[in-house]
Amino acid sequence: MPSKYDWPAAEKRSLIGKRINRLDGLAKSTGRAKYSYDTNRPGGLTAKLLTSPYAHARVTKIDTGEAERLAGVRAIRVMSPVGTEVQWQGYEIAAVAADTEEIARDAVRKIQVEYEVLPHLVKEEDLSKAGNRTKPSGENTQGNPDQGFSQADVIHEGFYGANVITHCCLEPHGQVAEWDGDNCTVYASTQAVGSIGRELGKVLAADPATANVKPSNVRVITQYMGGGFGSKFSPDRWGIVCAQLARQAGKPVKLMLDRDQELLMAGARPSHFAKVKVGAKKDGTLVAWESESWTTGGMSGAGAAPIPYVIEIPNRKTRNIAVSTNTGPARAWRAPNHPQAAVLTMCPLTDLAAKLNMDPLELFLKNVSLSPRGDVYRAELLKAAELMDWKAKYHAPGKGGNGYLKRGVGLSIHTWGGRGHDSECRLIINPDGSVQAQLGSQDLGTGTRTVIGIVAAETLGLPLSGVQVQIGDSNYPPSGGSGGSTTVGGVSASTRRASVKALDKLLEAVAPGMGTTADKLVAVDGRIQVQGDPSKSLTWKAACAKLGTKAISETGRQPARDEGNLGDSGVGGAQMAEVEVDTETGIVTMRKMVAVQDCGLIIDLKTAESQCYGACIMGIGSALYEEKIYDQQTGRMLNADMEFYKLGGIGDVGEIVVHMMTRDYDQRGVIGLGEPPVISPPAAISNAVFNALGVRIPTIPITPDKVLAALEKGGMA
Amino acid sequence: MQAFEYAKPATLKEAFGLLGAQWGEADLLAGGTDLLSLMKDYIHKPKRVVSLTGVKELKGIKSSSDGLHIGAMVTLEELLGNAQVRKEYLSLVQAARGVTSPQIRAMGTVGGDLCQRPRCWYFRNGFGLLAREGDGKELVPNGENRYHAILGNSGPAKFVSASSLGPALIALGAKLTIASGSGNRNVDADKFFLTPNDPASREVDLKPNEILTEIVVPPAAGTKNATYEVRQKEALDWPLATASVALKTSGSTVSSAKVVLGHVAPTPWNSAEAAQALVGKPLNESTAKAAAEAALAGATPLSQNRYKIQLAKVAVKRALLAAAGKA
Ligand SMILES: Cc1cc2nc3c(=O)[nH]c(=O)nc-3n(C[C@H](O)[C@H](O)[C@H](O)COP(=O)(O)OP(=O)(O)OC[C@H]3O[C@@H](n4cnc5c(N)ncnc54)[C@H](O)[C@@H]3O)c2cc1C
Repeated sequence: MPSKYDWPAAEKRSLIGKRINRLDGLAKSTGRAKYSYDTNRPGGLTAKLLTSPYAHARVTKIDTGEAERLAGVRAIRVMSPVGTEVQWQGYEIAAVAADTEEIARDAVRKIQVEYEVLPHLVKEEDLSKAGNRTKPSGENTQGNPDQGFSQADVIHEGFYGANVITHCCLEPHGQVAEWDGDNCTVYASTQAVGSIGRELGKVLAADPATANVKPSNVRVITQYMGGGFGSKFSPDRWGIVCAQLARQAGKPVKLMLDRDQELLMAGARPSHFAKVKVGAKKDGTLVAWESESWTTGGMSGAGAAPIPYVIEIPNRKTRNIAVSTNTGPARAWRAPNHPQAAVLTMCPLTDLAAKLNMDPLELFLKNVSLSPRGDVYRAELLKAAELMDWKAKYHAPGKGGNGYLKRGVGLSIHTWGGRGHDSECRLIINPDGSVQAQLGSQDLGTGTRTVIGIVAAETLGLPLSGVQVQIGDSNYPPSGGSGGSTTVGGVSASTRRASVKALDKLLEAVAPGMGTTADKLVAVDGRIQVQGDPSKSLTWKAACAKLGTKAISETGRQPARDEGNLGDSGVGGAQMAEVEVDTETGIVTMRKMVAVQDCGLIIDLKTAESQCYGACIMGIGSALYEEKIYDQQTGRMLNADMEFYKLGGIGDVGEIVVHMMTRDYDQRGVIGLGEPPVISPPAAISNAVFNALGVRIPTIPITPDKVLAALEKGGMA
Repeated sequence: MQAFEYAKPATLKEAFGLLGAQWGEADLLAGGTDLLSLMKDYIHKPKRVVSLTGVKELKGIKSSSDGLHIGAMVTLEELLGNAQVRKEYLSLVQAARGVTSPQIRAMGTVGGDLCQRPRCWYFRNGFGLLAREGDGKELVPNGENRYHAILGNSGPAKFVSASSLGPALIALGAKLTIASGSGNRNVDADKFFLTPNDPASREVDLKPNEILTEIVVPPAAGTKNATYEVRQKEALDWPLATASVALKTSGSTVSSAKVVLGHVAPTPWNSAEAAQALVGKPLNESTAKAAAEAALAGATPLSQNRYKIQLAKVAVKRALLAAAGKA
């Protein structure tokens, strides 16, 4: 049923769907935007953490005496008292707040801790060495796998995997905490302005020193944040201790993680390895799948890659094993479990296509009907093929040229949900004509602020500059955390509804004076006018002046039954990669990446494309470079830095072509986009390397040592 | 980092008076791109930091009849900006460009590049220069050694020399001037790098009270030279292997050759075998390959770094072909 809240029809949109610069682009690029890391409160202290150097140990003694005596030290908290069993390097032992960062660091080193070192496991790729650290974690059978395999003409078996990587947020985790009586304001680098304050408040209420604190006493402010990628949803132990130190010292305290701490403990993407068996008919129809997989998420749970991914092969059996390792705990990493699932599925399917002497594009086109959105994938694969010039570039595996440089192309497809989360928007129209959209949401750099502005301005017939977007503060109406690509759907819907309601109010207020009724009025081009008769109009400012002294304040909600269907869930995407491999050195160079993506109605085409570019860059990093490298002898992560934890730079990513599926997809309303485009790059790149070389590099990252080893094994070196 | 006293002398003479008799008393600060990391990680904890930024004698590049005199405090950017360097010493240009961060090239100095400490991740994580656990057990052989040495690693040192300029300067026959309160001494670039046997010694021929002041590169006089780096990515990254070569030819044959590998041994690795394989032969793909084979014939890879043998061979071959204008 059509509703007045529905998105305007394509021909009526003035802003929605256009390429619009992000509202905070200038502030960010000129350095005026203040992140949590940049926040310095008057009289504020700096806090630093003492963390465990051991992967597994028991704390047997802590002496903070010497640290306490250091001039300039204002508060110390022991976070892991004697007896605590530490389960990973980087685990928080104590925290110190001092007048300066230097004093805090010196004080941390003066805390004496003794440990009883316990046995550790920090590597899981070789399951045979995992000993008693394994436990079954999910077994599933659909259809009849044995029968499926017996019907297969061709069966492929192989080993594939993706190692543990980390989030590498440009701005590390952390916050500034400041008290005023029993009220605490936290300037946090968080993805969840609306919930971490309450969570923090609950913990504080349980602490005798802050027993009067109510969860609602904690206010969270995040105007700008430097990336979270799923790792910044909790107040975290360092957030709690930061507030406690501030309380104890009676001064604001800033505690941001150091880069090594960030890499060690503030987020890891689970590994996922699998032995895969997959069977097809001669014509490529997939009939059976079997996989034995294992994964680690550190000590706290493990990954659960949904395999086989996207393509629901009818007869299938999967078994997964979780390995607990003494490594920093897993956190959601942009599209949790899906990038691994894409590697574990799209790579064996490509290898199977090779066995069938089939172009993998044909194999995928043949089988996408086994997914919930076969037609979408078909359209996306064909579009990607056109943009990649796949037909011209594809060749049989290993036939990538006669010289030592070989080129190849590969593909992958992916899926994601992305239904809008719960959200409330308060839209205020003031008598002076100014407009505020207020939401307790946050902009992780994805363009949330801009999207809210566009929806409100579009609805009110204003230019984007006519709306002030006020977010990043828990005092605004609650809006969900930014995870699962749920933000754009949530805030767009609540903002749309609030804007329609507020506009209705305005139209009602001005209609009598214009000699008409509200239902005959529309807001376009900064005016309120009688529909079909531009001669009868008021400027926006003049219309608002009619409100007298009373502003309009309306709330829009998501979800809201009977107020239009403004969003949906479920998107698809197809990506293709072209690489060049130097077969003498094993070095893989990106030539081109094509990302085709649908996400329903696109609010800002530019920031949507920007998500895809960023996702490709991030995906290329994980495909070629990124790896948490642990030493089993010492239990240490050896590359907790940005030197040997490698990320690609601008010269490493090649050409990136993004194509958003629009028009026919609009009717579904707004669906999230932040995560899906990061899923396919590693699988597509691995497949491109396979196409170039004719041998499979089983695991990502695809480093020169692995490429040379695979070439040698394949008799090609 | 640990608190320290900071001194900024204006002359070398003043500087000598500020240095210590033992390592650990004072550290020289050039561009600081390495020293500051070492100090932040508490690998170096000097009581005093002596900045060389005010010492004029260490700056500038001068050309004279015995070659090009490069002050130790010349930055990598200044080196790259020098017309004579660009014209005659391609190998130096390629080595310096390999430090792909403009920020590091702007701050980092030639002297600092030669004296920088190894990047071995056990060393940088506090396990000492020779990467040992408390009980003395060597960590590299059974550990994460993908980036470690494949040559010259029979002793306790398994790290690789980090300097990319070192191999290029050795190939070009450069000499270093090292000064102290008691005068100057000259050292062949080839002799400057040392393989330590105990964790307290250094990887270069410097005493705690000495300063590297100048690098003298003999006139190129038609020497064909080049550096080739095998690196995984364009963005700032350490090479996996490099080779710097310098060749003299008479007619179409090689009359003398120097082939020096980087990032494969605890010091730059001057391969006499590779040189020998080239002398008297024309330079082409097959002689370049033969030289590469000769250079790596004695390689002794560790558990994870056999692939570096292949990479080093490629570096040698490609550097030779580049020097000969055939790449
Ligand atoms: C990620 C990364 C990648 C890099 N890649 C490369 C690369 O590919 N190739 C390469 O060669 N380098 C590379 N570098 C290293 C960089 O080139 C060095 O850090 C820089 O050249 C050091 O110069 P500096 O002037 O900053 O030295 P400083 O940090 O000031 O000093 C380094 C050391 O040398 C000593 N020292 C400095 N000057 C003198 C002197 N005149 N006499 C005696 N001792 C002295 C100091 O006491 C200190 O111990 C890389 C660095 C990083 C972080």
